Amino acid sequence: MSAVEQTIRTRVDAGSGALIGYLPVGFPSLGGSIDAAVALVENGVDILEMGLPYSDPVMDGSVIQAATQQALADGFRLRDGFEAVRAITAQVSAPVLIMTYWNPVVQYGVERFADDLAAAGGAGLITPDLIPDEGADWIAASERTGLDRVFLAAPTSTPERLRRVVESSRGFVYAVSTMGITGARADVDAAARGLIERLREAGSTSACVGVGISTPEQVREVLGYADGAIVGSALVKALADGGVDAVGALARELAAGKNAL
Amino acid sequence: MTNPTEPTPSRNLRDELGPYFGDFGGRFVPESLVAALDELTAAYELTKKDPAFAAELAELHKSYTGRPSIITEVPRFAEHAGGARIILKREDLNHTGSHKINNVLGQALLTKRIGKTRVIAETGAGQHGVATATAAALFGFECVVYMGEVDTERQALNVARMRLLGAEVVAVKAGSRTLKDAINDAMRDWVTNVENTNYIFGTVAGPHPFPAMVRDFQKIIGEEARAQVLELTGALPDAVAACVGGGSNAMGIFHAFLDDPSVALYGYEAAGEGADTPRHAATITKGSPGVLHGARSMMLQDEDGQTYESHSISAGLDYPGVGPEHAWLNSIGRADYRPVTDAAAMDALLLLSRTEGIIPAIESAHALAGALELGRELGPDSTILVNLSGRGDKDMETAGRYFKLIDEGATQS
Repeated sequence: MSAVEQTIRTRVDAGSGALIGYLPVGFPSLGGSIDAAVALVENGVDILEMGLPYSDPVMDGSVIQAATQQALADGFRLRDGFEAVRAITAQVSAPVLIMTYWNPVVQYGVERFADDLAAAGGAGLITPDLIPDEGADWIAASERTGLDRVFLAAPTSTPERLRRVVESSRGFVYAVSTMGITGARADVDAAARGLIERLREAGSTSACVGVGISTPEQVREVLGYADGAIVGSALVKALADGGVDAVGALARELAAGKNAL
Repeated sequence: MTNPTEPTPSRNLRDELGPYFGDFGGRFVPESLVAALDELTAAYELTKKDPAFAAELAELHKSYTGRPSIITEVPRFAEHAGGARIILKREDLNHTGSHKINNVLGQALLTKRIGKTRVIAETGAGQHGVATATAAALFGFECVVYMGEVDTERQALNVARMRLLGAEVVAVKAGSRTLKDAINDAMRDWVTNVENTNYIFGTVAGPHPFPAMVRDFQKIIGEEARAQVLELTGALPDAVAACVGGGSNAMGIFHAFLDDPSVALYGYEAAGEGADTPRHAATITKGSPGVLHGARSMMLQDEDGQTYESHSISAGLDYPGVGPEHAWLNSIGRADYRPVTDAAAMDALLLLSRTEGIIPAIESAHALAGALELGRELGPDSTILVNLSGRGDKDMETAGRYFKLIDEGATQS
């Protein structure tokens, strides 16, 4: 069992589930993103998802786009991603996944990327625009290096596709709560609950819900049926508006939702 | 032309169906879109075998678009091309002014078949957006067109046309604010609204089935032109020339000739201020393999895989990617892709206007500039078929400024 899966399992066994926090590397600066990530863990986030800024992020809403565009304008390079993972894992023990669109990995070299991520202490990759059908290179590289691979599942995925996603994933399956891109929503769609049920039927023992979650109440609601809740845009907005202290404070509030089951 | 990989008798180059063309193509998309792409693929496969669909589309081509489009030989223009015969395929005469309508009508019929009521599209020059807004009006669909803010400024007339036709035009302010970013926003819309929305993609790029499907809706250009040139000259042309942005008009005219080894195929990419400057859109000439907008193809990118901003005076060619079938035809040596600068394209635009009374779109002027060079290369006995993919009405502001015709217009020679 991987560190990510173990962390989720421990939280589920304790009667709750895992809180997973997303932040982009390089926003508001490389050092600032590392400090913010550490603050998330110190305030109750169980697993980190660090996003690599990319020029054409088709799954991202306006808050994350604005942050990653700023990071790119400030000179973000892929090697900063490995440096961030190394610096964060030196300070906290929570597992750190990288979220990246696929082309940067292809250009860096899939094998080399896997080696460098593993060497930096990273736990694996979340790949929003790589489906298992196109993922043979990455599946082989992650097998060789022991890295997790988190594929996405959508409310529109057929049972056959959900089985393939579950069989191809390691760490957890990222269940997209609603049809749409990242960003806070008033209600996390009822579709999320149905998708988690269908993922269970497809054999998943580690399924986390993301997209649209921004409040402690939503974290509590999602952890009632899923193994983890993923928060992104709300944290990025807190970091943009109020810096490391604000993002730490929001993490603490969100983590309270985890404990109030 | 020497062809390093002759088609094997059992497998014609024309028969490639995707998702892959050699190493290029595929589906690099969020899982949320897979069901919609599968639905579209299944519906498209069904319609391919459905004579009623073919008949309905043929009737629209005939009585709405005005097909078949004619061919026009342009001898006064060809005097500047070493005396080669130059024949234009007149897609500029189609309803809405370009080849884009061919694909849009096919996809609009498909949209009706799969029961969706809202269509979205990306557009660069505005021609695909205008064609989609036109079809939406004809079929009664709600229509939203995404267009980079830079392009809404340089193609303001087409923005007004789309709005007049009832479409909502969204000016995209992200990234380079051109076609690439319009596609990103259209994909975000589709991920969100896929239940009632079909994405009418404008070119032979994107995830499967778009490259194969858009090509199939455009291949009528080459099928007509091949027969028309044979009838006019008694032989196949020596070369076919087309401009390449995403590559739909080029695939449309190339396809019928892919298995005619005597016919050389030339794609002309926008070299902007020069292929050796940072400001160009010569994706195959200067790019490298990578994944952009759902497919593996050639693209302009840095070593970290971040997409470069492209540049061209022509909004329709201002794109840092290209369709995967073109990347494949380049890799096997079947088609030759060459850069044409802004300046060369504008010279060709002026020359065709002055010698033949035909004002081409700036996009198509890249193919004309290529043909001028090619004629000198191939000699006076050669015949070159050029896809005149669109008309220049939409470019009058750009051309007027470029040639300084607007303020002192009446006194210009």
